[in-house]
Amino acid sequence: MNTDLLGLAKDLVTALEKGDEVAVGVLLDELAGLRETQLFKEIGRLTRQLHDSMISFSVEAKITAMTERDIPDAKERLRYVISMTEQAADQTLTVVETLLPVSQVLSEQIEQLSTKWDRFLGREMPLEEFKAMSEEISLHFKESKISLQQVQSGLNDILMAQGFQDITGQIIRRVIELVQELEGSMVKMISIAGSKAPKAALQQSQPELPGPVVPGVDDKEGGVATNQVDVDDLLSSLGF
Amino acid sequence: MKILVVDDFSTMRRIVKNLLKDLGFTNTLEADDGKTALPILERGGIDFLVTDWNMPGMSGIDLLKAVRANPNLATLPVLMVTAEAKREQIIMAAQAGVNGYVIKPFTAATLKEKIEKIFERIEG
Repeated sequence: MNTDLLGLAKDLVTALEKGDEVAVGVLLDELAGLRETQLFKEIGRLTRQLHDSMISFSVEAKITAMTERDIPDAKERLRYVISMTEQAADQTLTVVETLLPVSQVLSEQIEQLSTKWDRFLGREMPLEEFKAMSEEISLHFKESKISLQQVQSGLNDILMAQGFQDITGQIIRRVIELVQELEGSMVKMISIAGSKAPKAALQQSQPELPGPVVPGVDDKEGGVATNQVDVDDLLSSLGF
Repeated sequence: MKILVVDDFSTMRRIVKNLLKDLGFTNTLEADDGKTALPILERGGIDFLVTDWNMPGMSGIDLLKAVRANPNLATLPVLMVTAEAKREQIIMAAQAGVNGYVIKPFTAATLKEKIEKIFERIEG
């Protein structure tokens, strides 16, 4: 381009020295045209740059907004999931702990009465004992009625305690959506930055205690026991 | 028979306690990690230890190692009930001297089977 310019300038000087006004006019137009092309190119480059930085700015602004608002928000939501599931487990356990002794008492009563009843059917029971048994049976009926009402209401409480699943399911789904959105923004940002993430950064760090195996996630690479049979097999191979 | 149940989640402690009660073991104590469990064990009188692995403060594997290192507790039967399921971890627990290993989530039948197996081996 510079040689073009130099050539044109030399031609212009020659034309001026010769006094060739037509040639001078043509050469000046050519020179101006060259300038304009350069200018347009530069403007084009700047425009592209501006466009790119605008996009990257909006992506960055989105990620910033997410880290400032949505992620703490998601953490709160997940904490709420923990507290809701804990509450439901507590409620259920409390009902079970109240009802287990109730059913225990009933089953002991039935055990005793049925032994006596068998003796009565076998005609081995004196009248006095029969009278006592009749009273025990009446009492058992009364107690059974109350106990079964307790069982009924307890079972209803357990039923109601399962309502958490609907709520926690919805909350977790929202957090999954947020993670997806964040993933999208980050992919966009990486593609604008034009650099592929270095391989080393892709290696995830493993926690010391990985905890529960999530089917389809943690068991893909093997090396984990997915059920008690796996554990028993491994232990027996070790001589347990 | 006195049993110590160690888990950082109270719901899990309650579940294990209730299952043990159903199996006829009514005398149970609770601790929420190795740090609180160890003094209880050192005081003596505990016949069986059921412990989780991942707990804040002191983990179940460290508790197991501490138990085995203490001459007064070295033969105490220990059942690990945990969500940790990596092969290396199970092997590590076995090498540390665990008597049984149950992974969560577990069933009442599994817990019963493992406890019975441990006692069978001790008595036999």
